[in-house]
Amino acid sequence: MLNKLYDWVDERLDITPIWRDIADHEVPEHVNPAHHFSAFVYCFGGLTFFITVIQILSGMFLTMYYVPDIENAWQSVYYLQNEVAFGEIVRGMHHWGASLVVVMIFLHTLRVFFTGSYKKPRELNWIVGVMLFGVILGLSFTGYLLPWDMKALFATKVGIEIAASVPVIGESIKLLLAGDTTILGAQTLTRFFAIHVFFLPAALLGLLGAHFIMIRRQGISGPL
Amino acid sequence: MHRGKGMKFVGDSRVPGMEHRKPNIPKDYSEYPGKTEAFWPNFLLKEWMIGAVFLIGYLLLTVAHPSPLEGQADPTDTAYIPLPDWYFLFLYQLLKYEFASGPYNIVGAIIMPGLAFGALMLAPFLDRGPERRPSKRPLPTAFMLLAVASIIFLTWESVANHDWEAAEAQGQIAPEVEIDTSAPGYEIYSNSACINCHGENFEGAVGPTLIGLEHTPEEIAEIAVNGIQEGGAQTMPPSWDGSDEDLQVLAEFIAGLEEE
Repeated sequence: MLNKLYDWVDERLDITPIWRDIADHEVPEHVNPAHHFSAFVYCFGGLTFFITVIQILSGMFLTMYYVPDIENAWQSVYYLQNEVAFGEIVRGMHHWGASLVVVMIFLHTLRVFFTGSYKKPRELNWIVGVMLFGVILGLSFTGYLLPWDMKALFATKVGIEIAASVPVIGESIKLLLAGDTTILGAQTLTRFFAIHVFFLPAALLGLLGAHFIMIRRQGISGPL
Repeated sequence: MHRGKGMKFVGDSRVPGMEHRKPNIPKDYSEYPGKTEAFWPNFLLKEWMIGAVFLIGYLLLTVAHPSPLEGQADPTDTAYIPLPDWYFLFLYQLLKYEFASGPYNIVGAIIMPGLAFGALMLAPFLDRGPERRPSKRPLPTAFMLLAVASIIFLTWESVANHDWEAAEAQGQIAPEVEIDTSAPGYEIYSNSACINCHGENFEGAVGPTLIGLEHTPEEIAEIAVNGIQEGGAQTMPPSWDGSDEDLQVLAEFIAGLEEE
């Protein structure tokens, strides 16, 4: 049944070259933890992607209850956490996933750095990777405000003040993020929500696509 | 791939006809050296083992530690000491040092993080030699180790200097209770001295909140009459001067105030 479906699509679209490229790409011994346990350091990137997928899925479920408005944001999170079936688990996975993804992307960056894998011809992939790191930190920062509790509000206040201290464009960044030159309130919350749920995930998916296409084109770097 | 003349296409699409296709057969891995194997399905099944172990740890963390939620944001609370999430603590700590704060704020807030991030981004162009082993490229290795050590040190300092008990207290969710202000117990309360110290909604003022007390009505009545003595000091004065009947109604009313 599945084979027939595959053949039907393949006849029309010739997907075999793409599929064989993904399925057959060689995994050399030096990155395979089944052969050298120390090669688990090569799993950090895959685990970062794994958590990213969990973040996207849990985030989609969170938006089924979350309301991005200063009257109801905190109430909706409180309700989600205390009343909704498995709400505490879904929010917990999103909350702890945010920490874990930062840890894993940090470890992945260190692995690539210390194995010198960013060198020619992989410079472009390294740059995209550093941009991904920036996007992940941006997601962490904007997501922290959304529960609209005390620590969220005041940490964001500090963060926006830091952004405002950038020379020349600082005030414009502040206005863009907070929606007002002095007030951190309703506008800020909706903007952070939009950035957290639409802008940054779009950037994340685009960069991830580029990251993966490049690694498939070049293959993983050889042993040291 | 055959191109040009003699190429057969599927219908009017650009996809080539079946006779020009690549066969859907896995690569022969005997041509590869050593223990190289195919990604699908050989390696992915093994990698999923690592993913599964990781997922178990992740779920244990989630069920063991409910994600925190503090009280609803109140911009008027100027006494609140802010704290970012733990992975930004090192940046936050950096801003507390003399030459990275105040008039030098731009050093700690922009220049140092900007230089570090820029150097990370441009690493392939700063470190251009062919050597890949960390020991063969001492400068990049040393800089990265220094950066990691600084991040760990600053995070450590930030955690050590933060008053975690005060932070927990300032973030607590205030208990909310619907007070039945038409109840006889409330009327007695509002006409007595109690309301002056414990607030109109039992939220506490000079005295603590009366919501969610773990006392029995008898104990509450006893406290209302005699006050509280702690370590020789009178922390609550004897306050009740009404009738015993009213006292009992009041004590039962207060004992019934539960958090929702």
